[in-house]
This record gives sequence, structure tokens and C-alpha cells, in this order.
Amino acid sequence: MTSPIAGGVDCDLHPAVPHLTSLLPYLNDYWRDQVTTRGMTDLVSQSYPANSPISARPDWRPAKGKPGASLADMQAQALAPFGVSYGICNPLFGVQMVFSEDMADAFCRALNDWLVKEWLDKDERLRGSIVIPVQSIEKSVAEIERCAQDQRFVQVLMLVMGDMPLGKRAYWPIYAAAERLGLPVGIHAGSSYHNPPTSVGWGSYHIEDYVAQAQAFQTQLTSLIAEGVFARHPNLKMVMLESGFTWLPSYLWRLHKFWRGIRMETPWVDRAPLEIVRSNIRFSLQPIDAPDDPAALNRLFDHMQSDELLLFSTDYPHWQFDGDAALPEGMSPELVRKIMIDNPYATYGRLKEKAKA
Amino acid sequence: MNMQFRDLPEQAPSVQAKTAIADCDIHPARATATELYPFLAKRWHEHLETYDRHQYQGMMDGPPYPKAQPNASRRDAYPPEGGPQGSSLSFMQQQHLDPNNVVLGVLNPLATGQGLRNHELAAAICSAINDWQIEKWTSKDSRLKGSIVVANEDGPTAAAEIRKRAGDKNFVQVLLLSRTVEPLGQRRYWPIYQAAEEVGLPVGVHAFGFGGNPITASGWPSFYMEEMVGHSQCQQAVLASLVLEGVLERHPTLKMIMIEAGFGWAPSLSWRLDKNWRRLRSEVPHVKRLPSEYIRDHIYWTTQPMEDPERRDHLFDVIDWVGWDKLLFATDYPHWDFDEPSRVLPPGVSDANREAFYLNNAKKLYGLA
Amino acid sequence: MTRHVIAPVDELPPGTRKFLNLDGRPIAIFNIKGEFFGLLNRCPHQGAALCEGALIGLAQSSDPGEIEYTRLGEIIRCPWHGWEFDIRTGQSYCDPKRFRTRAYAVNVEPGASVVKGPYVAETIKVSVESDYVVVDL
Repeated sequence: MTSPIAGGVDCDLHPAVPHLTSLLPYLNDYWRDQVTTRGMTDLVSQSYPANSPISARPDWRPAKGKPGASLADMQAQALAPFGVSYGICNPLFGVQMVFSEDMADAFCRALNDWLVKEWLDKDERLRGSIVIPVQSIEKSVAEIERCAQDQRFVQVLMLVMGDMPLGKRAYWPIYAAAERLGLPVGIHAGSSYHNPPTSVGWGSYHIEDYVAQAQAFQTQLTSLIAEGVFARHPNLKMVMLESGFTWLPSYLWRLHKFWRGIRMETPWVDRAPLEIVRSNIRFSLQPIDAPDDPAALNRLFDHMQSDELLLFSTDYPHWQFDGDAALPEGMSPELVRKIMIDNPYATYGRLKEKAKA
Repeated sequence: MNMQFRDLPEQAPSVQAKTAIADCDIHPARATATELYPFLAKRWHEHLETYDRHQYQGMMDGPPYPKAQPNASRRDAYPPEGGPQGSSLSFMQQQHLDPNNVVLGVLNPLATGQGLRNHELAAAICSAINDWQIEKWTSKDSRLKGSIVVANEDGPTAAAEIRKRAGDKNFVQVLLLSRTVEPLGQRRYWPIYQAAEEVGLPVGVHAFGFGGNPITASGWPSFYMEEMVGHSQCQQAVLASLVLEGVLERHPTLKMIMIEAGFGWAPSLSWRLDKNWRRLRSEVPHVKRLPSEYIRDHIYWTTQPMEDPERRDHLFDVIDWVGWDKLLFATDYPHWDFDEPSRVLPPGVSDANREAFYLNNAKKLYGLA
Repeated sequence: MTRHVIAPVDELPPGTRKFLNLDGRPIAIFNIKGEFFGLLNRCPHQGAALCEGALIGLAQSSDPGEIEYTRLGEIIRCPWHGWEFDIRTGQSYCDPKRFRTRAYAVNVEPGASVVKGPYVAETIKVSVESDYVVVDL
């Protein structure tokens, strides 16, 4: 087993909101009453059904309550075993699914406040991602600016399957705000379910939706590159979270090939897509969609032509690996160091700063 | 050769002795709007002239993502006698089949009845297209073989069309498009696979079509480039659906071909499917084996658009993972992203693999070995 | 270098192109707004007849959504994969470092100093006042 190196960063942790009522203290009177009087129960996304094997590793699943709801469990099961200095929390509470932008905004604010009180305040290693109500660009920018005042927020969080392709210009004020504040934008697996979860319609199964996440990251990367997000915002970094990465090399070959022939359609794409990915895009480590044979994974790393792309993650409490085998077999200590320490610190600028409440 | 510009008599290309190849993705076109009329009942002539075709996208003339070249085709492929690219057998022979020594050419007609919202019209046009393929193409050049085009959204009707053509040596496969109303593994399409397996034909799934769904899981992208790159993601979703709905489990002898969506994505998708099946197989008990085993046993890929990494050892890694016995050479003639046969495979390939790639896999799959 | 006489200038008015084979090499000559250019008629990518492509301008952008479109008619798009090449220099507009098609110098010679060559032997009405298009190969 490949050993971790202490002092790294876990870039994908999922603290769970026990129930919608947990957010009531963080809602104003109107929204509190809306939730209770209309009988709203919970915001659990189909992307992670509570009892699905993906949603929690068996030994991380508590006897009662949602996996990932207990700080003590996260400390013992994720933070301690890998000796990390920081853990970045990406809450996956399903606030993106509602259709009212006002309601989404209220829930996002409450969720971000809840994260501070119940997690960031209670363990100095923890950092947060700002969840935003993407249906309203103005409200999203306002929420970014509000939460960014707390230096423990290190990232903006969006889902990979939303209402529009992420490169669309309507979203750009969000990226401008993030770039201005030195925050990467994290794009996480999951869907608002406002569109069918595959490129060819609604599949039948949870496993199908989950496999489809990888394809969604591919089309989103095409959108971000083709629309010129990084031409306009060269200092913006985006992190693909729980995306898989073994699809990346052959995907880039294809994008490069077509870009060359249809360049005139998007003349602002003035660098090869591979260069844009190297400078602006990163990927969290889990899940590793590779065969058990380490030789294949080593070939894939060679195909990727960069050791700066991967950021260590456990994806706790999701079930992506067993025991402490978060790092693939046969990885050199140099590469472990890059993945666990160098690459995350280079990506998340705020990690170097002293945390302020 | 483009008559717009050429003012010299046509020069015959120097024909070297070239290796015989199979081209598993050729697109024959109609020269005129009425070319299909002899094969279509009269009521449909009037219908088409009045109401034309209604697809699952809004534009009546041309695609909402404009192509990179007119008719999405090579500008030098206009036949001298007129008509769009791909509409002349003699010119196809002269420009492509003869000089490139194509000994087997599989026809995949596009812009057919597939993807029409009027399902009765769809069925009529599909059947007419199949008759047209015989009359204009396969009966006139024995190198060419047709694909049975079916009104896929209506399973029983599609199955009937397949059974009607059973045993007809003019056809070597059934043809579907990748972007359909539902993912292709779903039960409304099951009669198609049932019939195809019954009559012993493989089913090809060709990129494109419109099924009424946005072409990404996050809505409609802006650019044609995104659509082109996106065929890879559509095909991945199709293959995942075919595996997870149990189509490949229930039809042990069915073969399927992923056409014009590349193949570089296949290893990563197989590994991802395997990993998640190990976790989540209780949701899909009808999927009895590892997804990668089904893919290994049932699936082929045409090569165009050919994967084009900077380093050929990277290409060879991917082909090793996919299998040298699983690739079917294709040019996509006359489309603009045509792969020139002599340029697609870098040096360093064994003779056996080269012959498999360019011809033998296709002959074996299509029963023409 | 051999000098080849191609055609009288007025047979190649602005906006037209002429295809020919010189020493077994396929070439095309273009008249773009009165200037003459020659290109090898073979795309360095996969060997397509490059010179049958469409002529467009150069699209550049310093900001997404804003397009500066200049040099109208001086960029040729390969009829296959659409790669763009600068007619003046052969420079391509993707992977500029890697691909370039060979450009041939084209001069306009005054009528009186034309050298005899195969074209003249084929007899076409020639006026000594006309300028001849000549290719150096």
C-alpha cells in the first residue's frame, strides 16, 4: 500500500446536514415558517441516495443518522488516518434542486452558515466551499462576497450537472468574483436534475446516473474551454471534484483535433486545450477509475503529461477505496508529495494564510 | 474535385498499389429531393411537399449547430454532374473506392426517417431508404453493403422492417443514431435488438440525431465544436445504457458497433462501469457479469475520427486496451472530418494488427471473411 | 530554379485561382485583389487538395464574443478538416509551430521579357502589352 505523507490536504470531504430542520436556526422567520408550514422534509439528491453503497463505505456508515453527519467520525475516519493539515468541506445537501431562486438563496445562506458553526468552528483543520444559488447570478455573487470575508472559505462550489453549460457567459460574473477574491471554483459531481442526467436523456438507474458524472465533466470542460472562460479569467482555477480523471487524456486528444479544424468558431481559444487544462484545471484524486493493474495507471499518468493535475482526496464518506488505500499502488513518494501537498497548496491560495474567523 | 474552381481537365490521381481496406462508415446521399419518390407511397410525396419533416429540433432546413463545411462534407467531393457530396456512385468510385482500394464499403445513410416526430412518416422513409440503397448503390457496386435503417422510436415497426430484410445480402447491419428520445438501452428499443439478433445482424450506433434532449447533462452548449467533441460523451451514455439495461446480457450473440464517436474513451468508461458495478450491482441484478466483459464480447468501434495523440506509444496503449481485434477502419467519406487511410496509423504496427485494423475485423464481423 | 510561364495576367482576374501540375507537383495560383500567390496543392495534415478550399478572412479575438476579422480572402481553409493557412506565407492558424504548407514565390513579369516555355508553345493569343504570370519552381 502506498503511504500518505503527513501535512497534506484532503480536497473533498462531505459533511452531511442531518435534516432540513438542522438549517432552521439559520433561516429567517419567513423561510423557517415556509419550511415547517409547507411540510418540507429534506433535500436529498438522487445523486446520493442515503443508503446507496456509494453514499457511504460500510465501515463509515453510522448506526443511526446520515453518513458524514458526525464530526468525531470524520476526524477519526478521514482526517487522522491521512495526517492531513487541512480538509476542504464540500456539502452536497440538495439545495440546487429547487426551482425558486429565492428559496435556493435562503437555503444556500443557511447551509453556508451551518457549515461555519457546526464544522469550521469546531476543527481548525477544516475549510469550506461556498455553496451558491446558481439560478440567480446576482445572488450567487452576493453570497460569494459575503462568505469570502471568512478566510476559512477557500472555494466556490457548483454542481457538474446544472441548468446551463458552465462556460456560458451568463455565469461569468460568478467566475469574475471568484477570481477577484482568489477563490478556485470547485465543480462537483451531482445534478440539480433540471436536465436529464445524460447527453441522451434520462437513464433508469442510480448506477447509470453515477457513471454519467464522468461524461458531464467532459462536456463541461469543453464548454469552459470553448467559451473562453480562461481567456477572460486567466488566474481562475477550477477543480473537478469526484470527477474521475482517467478519461482526461483521450478526451483532450479529441478536443484538440476538432479545435484545430473549427478554430474560427471560437478564435478566443488561443492556446491548445491541453495547455489550458494544465494551467487552470485540477482534479481531485477519487474516484480512480482504473484497473487493478498499476501498470495501466502509470501509463495513464504518462498520457496526462503533467504531475500537477491531481489533488489528494478521500471523498469521505463515499465509498471509493477500502481501508487506507486512498493512494494507488506503486506511486513514488515524489508523486505522493505533489498530490497530497504541493498541488493542493498551489491551487488553494487561502490555505497558506492564517485562518481568521 | 470541385468544379467551382477547377478549369483544367481532371487529372487522374496516381494510383499506387494500395492495401485493400474496408471502409465501415460511408455516407451516401440523395442527389435530389425527389430521388426517394419511387420508393415512397404517393401520399407521402404530397405530405413531404406540404409539411416536410419535423425533427426533435426546430430548424426545417439545416442543423442548429452549423457544420464546419457545407453539408458537413469535403469541399472537393462535389460530383461533376451536380448534386451534393456523396450523391453520385460513379464519383464515389472515382474519388474514393477505386483509388483507396475499398473492397468493402458499409453505407450508413443519414437524414433518413430516423428522428422524425411523425412516426408513420419515419417508417415510410426508412423503408424507402432501404430500397434506395439496393437500387442505387449495392446492386450496382458489389463492394458496397447497406445498413437497414429503422424508425427506431417505434420498436415493433422497426423490428418488422428488420425481419422483412432478413437474409438479404445487400445489408450487413441495422443502423441507429446515438441521440434518441431515450437512451438506447431502454425497453422501447428492445424489439430492435431482438430482431437483429434473430436475423443474425449486428447493430451499428452512429453519432448524431436529435432525440429532444439537450446534448449535455447540463443543457445545450453554444458551439458546433462542442457538439462534435460531445459525440464521445453521447456514445458513452449509450454504451452504459446498453450494458446496464441488460441488452447485452439478454442477447448473447448480438454484436454492436459504435460508429463515428472515436474509441479512446472506451477503456476509462469500462473501468468506471466495472468499479461501480462491483459496488452497486444489487440495483441491477440482470447485469450478471462485469460490464467490461460484455463490452469485450459484444462491442466494436469504427476508427474515425481517429485518436490523434502527439505520441504514438500513447495511441498504442489505448488500442491495446480496447483490442486490436475490435477496431473497424472507416473514413466517413464524404464528410469533412474524413480520415485519409494512408495517414491514420503511425508506423510500428505489426502486419497482423494492421490487416485486422484495415480489413479483417470488418470481414469477420460482417460475415464476409 | 526553373521559371515557368503560366498564363496572362488577365486570365487570372482577382478572386480566381488556377490549378496546374508542374514537374509532377500539384500547384494552384491565386489572384487576391490583384496580388498573386502560389501554393502547393497538398495539405500538410492528411494530403487533401488544399487549394480547393474556401477563402475567408482571419478571425482573431482578444475577448470572448468580440471578433476582429481582417485579411479578407487571404486565409484558405482546407476542404477537408478546415485547417486555416495564410495564403501569403503558408502559415497555419492552429499549431502554428507544427504545420506550414509550402508557399511558392509568384512574380508578375512584364510581357516583353517572357521566356519561352511550354505554355507559349500551346498557343494562346498573347499580347505583348499583357503581363505574364510566371512561377519559379
